[in-house]
This record gives sequence, structure tokens and C-alpha cells, in this order.
Amino acid sequence: MALAHRSSGLLKPLSTASSSSFLHRRPYSTDDTTTITVETSVPFTGHNCETPSRSVDTNPKELMTFFTDMALMRRMEIAADSLYKSKLIRGFCHLYDGQEAVSIGMEAAITKKDCIITAYRDHCLFLGRGGTLLESFAELMGRTAGCSNGKGGSMHFYKKEACFFGGHGIVGAQVPLGCGLAFAQKYRKEGHVTFTMYGDGAANQGQLFEALNMAALWDLPAILVCENNHYGMGTAEWRAAKSPAYYKRGDYVPGLKVDGMDAFAVKQACKFAKEHVLKNGPIILEMDTYRYHGHSMSDPGSTYRTRDEISGVRQERDPIERIRKLILAHDLATEKELKDIEKQARKEVDEAIAKAKESPMPDEPELFTNVYRKGFGVESFGADRKELRTTLP
Amino acid sequence: MASIFQGVGAATSLSSSTSIETKKFHFCSRRSPSERKACFVVVRSGGVMVDGGLNRIGGRAEQLVTNAVAAKADTPAAATASKPGHELLLFEALREGLEEEMERDARVCVMGEDVGHYGGSYKVTRGLAQKYGDLRVLDTPIAENSFTGMGIGAAMMGLRPIIEGMNMGFLLLAFNQISNNCGMLHYTSGGQFKIPVVIRGPGGVGRQLGAEHSQRLESYFQSIPGIQMVACSTPYNAKGLMKAAIRSDNPVILFEHVLLYNLKERIPDEEYVLNLEEAEMVRPGEHVTILTYSRMRYHVMQAAKTLVNKGYDPEVIDIRSLKPFDLYTIGNSIKKTHRVLIVEECMRTGGIGASLTAAITENFHDYLDAPIVCLSSQDVPTPYAGTLEEWTVVQPPQIVAAVEQLCR
Repeated sequence: MALAHRSSGLLKPLSTASSSSFLHRRPYSTDDTTTITVETSVPFTGHNCETPSRSVDTNPKELMTFFTDMALMRRMEIAADSLYKSKLIRGFCHLYDGQEAVSIGMEAAITKKDCIITAYRDHCLFLGRGGTLLESFAELMGRTAGCSNGKGGSMHFYKKEACFFGGHGIVGAQVPLGCGLAFAQKYRKEGHVTFTMYGDGAANQGQLFEALNMAALWDLPAILVCENNHYGMGTAEWRAAKSPAYYKRGDYVPGLKVDGMDAFAVKQACKFAKEHVLKNGPIILEMDTYRYHGHSMSDPGSTYRTRDEISGVRQERDPIERIRKLILAHDLATEKELKDIEKQARKEVDEAIAKAKESPMPDEPELFTNVYRKGFGVESFGADRKELRTTLP
Repeated sequence: MASIFQGVGAATSLSSSTSIETKKFHFCSRRSPSERKACFVVVRSGGVMVDGGLNRIGGRAEQLVTNAVAAKADTPAAATASKPGHELLLFEALREGLEEEMERDARVCVMGEDVGHYGGSYKVTRGLAQKYGDLRVLDTPIAENSFTGMGIGAAMMGLRPIIEGMNMGFLLLAFNQISNNCGMLHYTSGGQFKIPVVIRGPGGVGRQLGAEHSQRLESYFQSIPGIQMVACSTPYNAKGLMKAAIRSDNPVILFEHVLLYNLKERIPDEEYVLNLEEAEMVRPGEHVTILTYSRMRYHVMQAAKTLVNKGYDPEVIDIRSLKPFDLYTIGNSIKKTHRVLIVEECMRTGGIGASLTAAITENFHDYLDAPIVCLSSQDVPTPYAGTLEEWTVVQPPQIVAAVEQLCR
């Protein structure tokens, strides 16, 4: 069938035959009992703390899930790129492709009760937390089906039920918020942790160190994750920071440097950090990662770095490729099956975009909703003055 | 009501005290001087003789607020001890409100500099850390930006923090958190998160505290969408507004004034919560509406005494709610008097008075017989020298002159 036309000498002999006869031979994506041990690409580097082991346990199901999810994320970001260029997404659009491993690895190590808060590069983290493609695209296009009813935009994705706290436009301001989330977790004694994410650009904000001081002072369960993609918009890290070793910047706070393009390294580090933080107070994780796109859609991304650098990283360190190689090496799926997964991701994304385009733009009354909360009993007018009376309990 | 006030004005041969509850005045005048001193409420503001205000009249939120002592004090010749209510200073009233709310809801917590062990720089949180522990009454390092952010983050998770700025001026460092995160998160998250924080602290011009410690931040914060602002001026409304602010699900900024912390008043024993958005009718009148808030209320009431002696009948309204304005009360007053004088402590440029002038002109232009006069502080950094500082803020003689000018 179509498969035979597509096959060429490049494909391995195994995959030229029809795929169906091979399905029963391969433990594809449903097996979570077999343990596969994977070695991280590079060892961890620690500051004031012991490093976790390089060997990470996983299983076929997890590997396939990683691949599927990351393929979906990558596809979503690329689709957002073309939507922006066709002016359906306006304003600022900061894309996460290249950094997917950070989101995926983190989700694998934590529960939905642990909190994540990040800055504006939040589309994939939202997806990782359980957000749907429809909500993402609708929000990006400013429609009512969006996660914030179209009123937030690219930089304001939130999902309260999954403890995803956004989505913040001002660089660094989310770090004290994250420490506040950790404070509430400590107050409630529930045993959950907060991952407060920021970039290498935000790492030079003063409020970060203020928040870190307080988190360390009161042993708050806050894990500060620096997603170091080496460029703060157009400024390389060595031009902005005297000491680009962000994991060491905490001084008395332990730190761990992690290869952020390796989902398993991220998973191991987050697991380690969660255990550490519940006993010892905050820790800094520096994820060494890379973004293929520019800082945002208005930045070509090539004026401050060479195209060779970008393609070099894509060839050597791409997170999806790494998982693909692992899957093929462990014989968990064929190349064709993986390509099918990517096609499926594309299809899902296209469908979501089509559905999001059908969603209407918000009406004028929406302009005034959610400015204040009503009805807690001590107002008679309604704070936004658009209504005359609210009922008092 | 005006006649009672005449009585008050005439009988103020007493040294420095004026009653807040005018009905009580009748009984007290029959007693011996020593008892009389005990039953009067001393309301001083740093050596300046000031008036207390009448309790709020008007039935709109009657079901919310237990009427203050005035209505109950009908027992003649009652001894001081058996009078309903209890007397306390404004900072104690704030503390009482805070403590009652912390008792009522375990999610209420306080954070700020020196609020815990030290008891608060103005003693508002004294004793609370010993009672509720160090986590619930949190001593923060000097990092306004981050601990305000922390409070907001904690609020996103369901706690109800009260963030204290040791002086309102320090909260300028937290402006980003207050504006972007506090005010906007409910909107940008599509209603998912509520931010029930109370940001409070003393502001205003004090006694030679210097320029940076005499700031009026209400004018800077007033444009931020999503927040509410209230200013307390008496122990009664301080406690009520504090409780209402804590119970509100919206971020509320509660402006206190450095010079008003030692005002004494008798407040009810029963629990009461005031309406955050309502103005307080201090003194009803016929000739001119004087709108004011916080410390200027006392300058206005002092000027009112002089005005009454000169034959004017000013209606004094303490607007209390700085965002949003209580245009209902203000509008009804303007419809009656047709003249407005705004007396505020903010700067002339871009202050609360400027916004209020615009709001009144927009809504009640037809009812005005004269242009709105707005008396504000001078557009200068507050000087240290005592005389210059006095000239920076509005003084009672200026208010009297303005009313005379307005009512010509």
C-alpha cells in the first residue's frame, strides 16, 4: 500500500513490511512493568549538595509517552509560529521548542498537586500540566474557549485545578509568587512542593535573591528552576551575568546543574529536588537547555547567535531525537510508528486550531467581568460600578 | 442634628475634649467635672484640638452594621463602667479587628517587617505572634517587592494574607507586584484565581518625618484596575474596614495615617463589619458638601466649628472608599447642597481629589452651582522644617476661607 511506495533503501528491512504484523511482536506503549535503565547524557554537577545518580529507571510506556507528548508540544509551537505569521496570534508569542524536555521530565517526577509557576514561555508547561490544545490555541488567538477566556493571551496561561500558576509577563516577578505558593504549602503542611521557573535573564533580578533568602530562612518547599537557554533575549549569558553558573548563585542554597535537553536527567533531578526540599528547604536547579526560535516571534533569533550553533544543537542535543534513538535502540517501536505518532500529533494540532478558530471572540460585557469578585457580602454596589446592587447574604 | 452641634460648639469651654456620641452629651453635662472628663471621648491629634465625627447616618447598610452606642445609651445618669461598648485607641481597634478575623478563619495570616516579635512598628500586631505563632504572624526581611509577591502567591493558593508595609512609602518597591500580580491576576486568569490580600500600612504626612516617609500613595495606586482602596479615620471605622477588607475576596489596600493611631473612641462590643464602598456622613448640612478622608477629616471638622459659628452649615462626608468612590452618597449630598469642596492630603496633581473632581463633574454637573474646589497638599516633597510642613498640607483656616468663597 502506501507504505511500500514510501519505503526506500534508508529504512531498515524490518519496517518495509506492513506494520500490522509486527504490532503483536513489540511491547508498544502499554508496558509499564519492564524496567529500562537509561544513563543521563552527562553527570550532574552539584553545589553544596550530593548529586543524584546518572542511572534513571524508566519503562516502555513512559518512553513512548515522552515521545508522544514532546512531539505534540513541538508541533504546537511550530503551529503557533505559522499562526503568528498569518497574524492570527498577535502581540508577544514566546515559543518553547527545544526546551520540551524540561516540562516533560518535570511532569514525570511530580504530581498535579505540586505547583508550577513560570514566566511567559508557558505554552508547553500548560500542556504538560493537562491543558488542552484547544484551550491553548483559543487563548493565543484571543477566543473565549481559551484557558483565560481570551483575556490573558500568550503570557497568561493558568490552570488552577492542575496547580499551574502561569504565565507572567514581568520577568522575575513570578519568583516571589512561587515562594508564596511554597509558603502556603508549608502553612498547610500538605507535603507538596513548588517549582518556580525562571530564565537566565531573570536570574539577575533582585527579587529572586530576596525570595530565595526568605525561602531558605523559613525552609519553604520551593525549587527554583533556572531554564538556562543561554540568551536573555538578545544578550548572551556571559554578557549579562558576572557568574553564569546560576546553580551556584544561591550561595548557601544548594544547587544542581542538569542537562535540560535530556528528559531523564530532568526527571531524576526533579525527583531528587522534591525529596530534598521537603526536608531541607529550597534548592536551585539549573537546566541547561536551548531554544530554537528567537526570544519571541518578533526576534529572528539569528542576530546574536549563528545558524550553525542552532543547527548544531538541533543535531546533537535535540530532546525528541534523543528519545527517538532510545526507543529505536530498545526496539520499542519502528521508525514508521514514530513518524505516525508525529503525524498524529500534527493532525491533533490542526484539528485543535480549526476548532479554536470557530470559537468566538469575547463580547463587550466580558471586558468588565472578572475585574473584581462579587458577592462576599459587604458591598452594596459592586466594585466596578457597572451594577447597582448585589445581594447581601 | 444641626442644633446639637451648635450645642457642642457652644459648650467647648472644656479643655481639649469633644464627644463623639452627641446624645451622651446631654447626660454628661449634668455631672461633676471629674466624671464629665471620664465620660467624654478625648480625640486629639498631636496637640491640635479636633472634633470627633458623628456616627454614620443612613439606613442603607443598616442590616450589616450594628448601630453604634448612640442608639442604646438611653439610661440616664449611667455610670461610666456600665456604658455599652469599650474604649480604645485606633491602633488597638485595628488589632482587635485583625485578631477577631484571625480567630475566625485559620487562613488569615500577617506578614511584614517587625510584625511578629516586635509587635509592629505602630503596635497594630502586638501580641499576635505570641498567640498565633511565627508562621502566621511572619517577620519578613526588608524585601517589600518579594514579600508582597509572596503574599500574593500565598493568596493564589487560598490563604488570606495581610501584608503590612511599615510605611506606605516603602510599598513603592512593591508596585510591580501590587499592580501586575495583585490587581490583574483575577482578570488575566479568566477568574481562576482570587487574590484576597489586604495591603495595609500608615501613610500621610506625619510630624516632621521627612519627605520619603510622608508619602501619600493613594494617588499612585488609584489607577490600578482590580484593587479596592479604603482609608480609615476613626477607631470605629478602622476596625470595621479592617474586618471587611479581610473578608473581601478582592485585594484591598487599607490606608492608615501615622498621626491617627492614638485616637480614642468608644466602639461597640458586638461584632460589626463595615461596608467597604460606603462613605460616612460625618455631619449633615445644607450649604456645602465637604468631601474628605483620613486625617483631613479632623481638619475639616475643626474648620466646621468655625464655619458654624459664622453661620454656615457644611455637610461633611468622609469618603472612606477611595476606589471606587461612593457616588451614591456623594451624589445625594450634591443634589442637596449644590456646592462641593474637596479637602485631601494628596498632592494636587493626579491625586484622589483630582479623580473625584472628574467623577463628580461627569456625573453631577447639572447639580453644581459653583465649580468644584479642591484643596490638596502642595506639589512638593514634604519638607522637614515644621513650619514648612504645616504649609504643605491643608489647614483649617484655608478650609474656612474656601467655604466662604464657595458660598458667596
